Amino acid sequence: MPFEPTPERAKEIEEILSRYPLKQAACLPLLHLCQEQEGWCSEEVIDFVARRLELPTAHVVGVVTFYTLFNQKPVGKHQIWVCRTLPCALRGGEDLLHHCEHRLGIHDGETTPDGLITLRSAECLASCATAPMMQVDKAYHENLTPEGLDEILTKLGANLR
Amino acid sequence: MLQPQKIISRNYDLPESWTLATFEKAGGYQAIRKALQMEPAKIIDEMKAANVRGRGGAGFPMGVKWSFMRPHPTKPAYLVVNADEGEPGTHKDRTIMEKDPHSLIEGCMIASYAIGAHVAYIYVRDELHLAKQRLWDAIHEARAKGYLGQRPFGAKDYPLEVYVQTGGGAYICGEETALLNSLEGKRGEPRFKPPFPAQVGAFGCPTTVNNVESIASAGPVLLLGGAEFSKLSRLHALNDGGSRLYGVNGHVDTPGTWEFNCGPTINELLEQAGGVSKGRKVKAVIPGGSSTPVLLPHEIFHMPDEKSPMHEWHGKSVYDVPMGVDTMRVAGSMLGTCCLTVIAEGTCMVRVALNLARFYRHESCGQCTPCREGTGWILRIFEKMERGEGTLRELDEVAEIASGIVGNTICAFGEGAAGPALTFVKKFRKEFEAHIEAKGCPYKGSIL
Repeated sequence: MPFEPTPERAKEIEEILSRYPLKQAACLPLLHLCQEQEGWCSEEVIDFVARRLELPTAHVVGVVTFYTLFNQKPVGKHQIWVCRTLPCALRGGEDLLHHCEHRLGIHDGETTPDGLITLRSAECLASCATAPMMQVDKAYHENLTPEGLDEILTKLGANLR
Repeated sequence: MLQPQKIISRNYDLPESWTLATFEKAGGYQAIRKALQMEPAKIIDEMKAANVRGRGGAGFPMGVKWSFMRPHPTKPAYLVVNADEGEPGTHKDRTIMEKDPHSLIEGCMIASYAIGAHVAYIYVRDELHLAKQRLWDAIHEARAKGYLGQRPFGAKDYPLEVYVQTGGGAYICGEETALLNSLEGKRGEPRFKPPFPAQVGAFGCPTTVNNVESIASAGPVLLLGGAEFSKLSRLHALNDGGSRLYGVNGHVDTPGTWEFNCGPTINELLEQAGGVSKGRKVKAVIPGGSSTPVLLPHEIFHMPDEKSPMHEWHGKSVYDVPMGVDTMRVAGSMLGTCCLTVIAEGTCMVRVALNLARFYRHESCGQCTPCREGTGWILRIFEKMERGEGTLRELDEVAEIASGIVGNTICAFGEGAAGPALTFVKKFRKEFEAHIEAKGCPYKGSIL
């Protein structure tokens, strides 16, 4: 089944294209938009973006594989990124990641069996003065403690171990 | 105690500081009105006089950068704002975008007008969703009022548009030419220089790329006057002017982001952040993001030349020298982004070096072989050291690998990765050797 954006997104694509002198510049914004709908950058999404922007498919594949935030396989309903870079690590970021792994019963990079949460470690998210921190979908959670973390995971509906 | 400054951060504490109403009530959009009555060349002169050294880390004077822009007979010019804040330990630009987005929009308008651009792109890293939302909201508000658009403020026939562009989670896109490639919808691989962006930038057109904080300074500079702004700085004599944002993170009691006149010392900033946490002593400070070599408290500032304006700090601890672009270079590091990462006594420096080596291995774009392979080799050596499987020969290899990277890559990422790795080995060699000898970590891997 070829990918089709929702009518609102189709409209947004038009607006995005109006910002640039070259269609190609819309590549990242379009991939983000389609990924939001599809959950990941599937072959169909890549094909759609390539056709819409009149780009070779290989170019779009090259872009998708370059950037960390384009998912190359399906992910969970919620995505958690725990920062592990030095300023967070100095304030317990690595322990937080292990705590997440333990509570969710999965490793960094994996998705819970019920498809609810994908857990990943992130490199510096510009939140060092409020470390340790993690990103859940589009929201930052800062100055985290293990207890606060459990609360967030529970709110997402996770089965904690 | 440092006196906080309120120029860049003037609106931070106002209620709903991100809205147009608050911004205007506090005198916002007056600087751009003034700018539109000025000759662009005069605005650039003010920026030069203000001595705004690029706030992104390289410290290049913003006014001088603007003056490189020459009108092209057929091509338009662009302003691109680097909001890809991602240097480990850096958390300042985010505060501007989240708390005072209109000051950045106003700065974009001033800069665009000064360099002859009609379109500005703010390239924000994707993760900063709140920042992006606030910027878009600000743009829509400004547009609805007729500040942006065909005739800004209904007065001047100078169309201005500002757009937010979204990154994809790649640190390298903070490098200006990688950012331009990413903006154009490509992989974020840095370009060869020359040509520089002022000649061939976004979409092959003359382009100025500036950091968020640099651009947000443009409004206050015009209202205060360039020379007056510069004189605020303790390092005005070194052409390092004005006020800017400082951050402290890591092992301190009260981490944070504050604005000061340029030139606080490391010790003053440590005090500002409540001192080292748990009553410990400071072991090391990374002065301005992970790419800036680490400084130790016993290191001495060396400037024997009596004619140098920096001579007054000769013989002092590097922690007691005002932090500036030039002083930090003399101290053997870099000013970088002015956000300090503090490391307390008892921390395993091999583990610190390993953490950052992993970051650089992950973020190397892979375009140049020395960096792509070298960052991986350095990481493997540090991993072996921390596991207690390292050898002295491998420790010496870090220097070889690092010198193989430096100067042999398209962009400065290589230096940013190799320099700190080399410095960690050089300044904490005994700790690395202790790991080799003990066949394990004598600090039990402690990083907290």
